[in-house]
Amino acid sequence: MALICTEENRRMTAAVEGELDHHRAKELMEELDRRLDEGLPRELTVDLSGLTFTDSSGIAVLLRTYRRMAELEGTMEVVGASKQAMRVFQTAGLDRLIRFHNKDKG
Amino acid sequence: MNGENYTTLEFPSRSANESFARTAAACFAAQLDPTLEEINDIKTAVSEAVTNAIVHGYPDRVGKIKMRLKIKENQVLEIVVRDWGVGIADVEQARTPMFTTGGEERSGMGFTIMESFMDTLRVRSVPGKGTTVTMRRRISCRIGR
Repeated sequence: MALICTEENRRMTAAVEGELDHHRAKELMEELDRRLDEGLPRELTVDLSGLTFTDSSGIAVLLRTYRRMAELEGTMEVVGASKQAMRVFQTAGLDRLIRFHNKDKG
Repeated sequence: MNGENYTTLEFPSRSANESFARTAAACFAAQLDPTLEEINDIKTAVSEAVTNAIVHGYPDRVGKIKMRLKIKENQVLEIVVRDWGVGIADVEQARTPMFTTGGEERSGMGFTIMESFMDTLRVRSVPGKGTTVTMRRRISCRIGR
């Protein structure tokens, strides 16, 4: 699993790649925290188009990131989530809280 | 496919085995010719069950986890994940959505996902003795199989 962050004018894109489970979640959360603290973005796009699997750990990661962005008074959206990931997120009702744009993958 | 088939895997409660267990379950289920969605549902449910055993069954030590995969009649896949860890005092409470005794990297959605991604879920637990999670999922019969 990898996290690739790019930033311009306090707009950050965080691309998560590979498989996300409990084994990787803590490391990803810490890395995301560090990037958000450094960049203090106003807009965050979480790009999940390279994420090949997630379990409920993904719910915890997105919820925490959403709360961190609210603390920074910024906005957050998620793009590129697969059908499998959306099924997991919808079980927790995340789609009612966070903006998802998944045009290509449903 | 007719006739029973089964396999059993045993591994220590190390988090690196979460990925191994769900991939192994997907490989075993492949003989039922599942759809991609069915395979993903099985992988997700196994990931939750094994993670629960690792995080909650053995919070302070590395212990033994057994996963038994069995093909039953009518294309039913049965998955049993067992640990000999601390057990769950209140199973009903543990199955409540968003309830967790885990850290911030846990969402409390594990049992809810197992329930909604599989057809049946049974949880048996004895405090101090361990927990057994039994899940079943019928794989659809596709035309031309």
